[in-house]
Amino acid sequence: MKEKIAVQVDDLTVAYDYKPVLWDIDLSVPEGVLMAIVGPNGAGKSTLIKTILGIIKPIAGSVTIFGEPYKNQRKMVAYVPQKGSVDWDFPTTAFDVVLMGTYGSLGWIKRPGAKEKKIALESMEKVDMLSFRNRQISQLSGGQQQRVFLARALAQDASIYFMDEPLQGVDATTEIAIINILKELRKAGKTVIVVHHDLQTVPEYFDWVTFLNVKKIATGPVKDIFNDDNLTQTYGINYKVAVNK
Amino acid sequence: MSITEYFDLLWHDYTLRTITLGTAVLGAVCGMLGSFAVLRKESLLGDAISHAALPGIALAFLITGAKDSGTLLLGALVSGLIGTYWIRGITSKTHLKSDTALGLILSTFFGFGMLLLTFIQKQPNANQAGLDKYLFGQAATLVESDVRLMVIVTGISLFVVLLFWKEFKILLFDPEYTKTIGFNTKFIDVLVTFLIVLAIVLGLQTVGVVLMSAILLAPAAAARQWTNRLGTMIFLAGLFGAFSGVLGTAVSASQDNLSTGPVIVLIASVFVLFSLIFSPGRGLLFREIRFRQNRKDLQLMKTLQFMYDIAIDHENISHPHAIRILNNFQGYTKGSLKKLENEGWIKIQGQDWAMTQRGFNKAAEMYNQQPVHE
Repeated sequence: MKEKIAVQVDDLTVAYDYKPVLWDIDLSVPEGVLMAIVGPNGAGKSTLIKTILGIIKPIAGSVTIFGEPYKNQRKMVAYVPQKGSVDWDFPTTAFDVVLMGTYGSLGWIKRPGAKEKKIALESMEKVDMLSFRNRQISQLSGGQQQRVFLARALAQDASIYFMDEPLQGVDATTEIAIINILKELRKAGKTVIVVHHDLQTVPEYFDWVTFLNVKKIATGPVKDIFNDDNLTQTYGINYKVAVNK
Repeated sequence: MSITEYFDLLWHDYTLRTITLGTAVLGAVCGMLGSFAVLRKESLLGDAISHAALPGIALAFLITGAKDSGTLLLGALVSGLIGTYWIRGITSKTHLKSDTALGLILSTFFGFGMLLLTFIQKQPNANQAGLDKYLFGQAATLVESDVRLMVIVTGISLFVVLLFWKEFKILLFDPEYTKTIGFNTKFIDVLVTFLIVLAIVLGLQTVGVVLMSAILLAPAAAARQWTNRLGTMIFLAGLFGAFSGVLGTAVSASQDNLSTGPVIVLIASVFVLFSLIFSPGRGLLFREIRFRQNRKDLQLMKTLQFMYDIAIDHENISHPHAIRILNNFQGYTKGSLKKLENEGWIKIQGQDWAMTQRGFNKAAEMYNQQPVHE
């Protein structure tokens, strides 16, 4: 059975001044995987996601989503940024933030109506944040903020989800809740790509992994490539991790 | 002068009416658009732009020889826009951060503008007096055509803000995410910045180059204290700005020697101070009151918990105990006993206290972090 490629990255290179941040990245992400991107600090993980999404301009390379250039496929892709990327003191409620997930489908000027509000409420329920919907976002905990961001992405009803360290700094309950949602997404045939900070949980949570350190070290199913060789190559030290086979 | 005298004067005096309307409209539009600058953490952008407008005013006079506000403000607009463009250019193309870029443009343009002003003043031609009114504003020189222009610009700004409301909201909150869902963030960004520059240029006549940033920031800062909703904040900022304008004009009209611009700014600052202290949600006064209330509640809860620990050791939780065993417990006061009884958590019988079922349950669930439901 031929697998569809959800995200195809070719020769992607990003540099600040003379320093390469991403070098000649070739990546094929098949549809329906739950993939972790791992690597040391400064490896370019966030940069990779942002470049694929068009937030950062590469100096070379291309990105296609299901075979088409990314800019034609925006509606299929949802982004969950790092918690720290916004000012949580902004005057708005949790519901309002989730509602923003419907703005893409509305286009310019059109205001969200009953249909969009319903979608937002359903997304909030999926992340168990419905009771917080009228809460000012500055009054949310870290885990709750992360769930709001996730709900916003779910409201887009996309086919591919990019997430930047969604489990960083969240409580254990939230971590389990989020992973369960990601697994549900995969079951529904969606493709989920996650920058993940915790090597220990990679084999447990993900079925695919990409090792990144400015260059792509390896990519593939966790059971095949999550081994000491690749870990050492990526992290540069003799890295022994207990892998549950 | 009394209130009735003021309204009487307002009704009959065309000049006062014009100036009041002008400063009100200006206050409203600057308050409204200033909210955008404040929320984008570009608070000093207004300051930089207003200072950058000065050379434009001077050059407009030097080139055309005309001193009407239309020409000069056009010059201000051009030079303000150039300054803004260069600020953005410096931040995006060099390693300098935005605060450095703002400072550089502000001081360089302003310095150049002052240079031109002193050059103009030294000219033998007697026609050059009065340009320096743009430094601190001279609201007394507002005429009906100026006010009409302000009203039109305010109307257009309001229309644009309402039209692109959700786009502004999302761009202010999360610009990167906005890009990913397909909006041209550059367009929205340019639109907001252009409106801010326009408001600043219009305000130069009233509050002047030096004080402009206050009328942009103070109403928004004050408004933020009273609400957690974006729409309400912007509306309140407009309201506070308008009131600052009206009150400032009234005060300066009643005292002959006071210049309107600074008075308006000071009144706007009073709004901010008042809001910082007295606003119910975020105000310092209410925070202090809530803090003390919480501390009192905590004493009460600790006493209840202490009683719970005693009661739980007995088969009958409502077994009476002597009050004096509480004497060594820190936080216990006679007042707390009364309060605990009022809440129905304990019963007092003579020299003894006994826990009720309600009190027992309350203490038991205290350490259970249940999520708060709306």
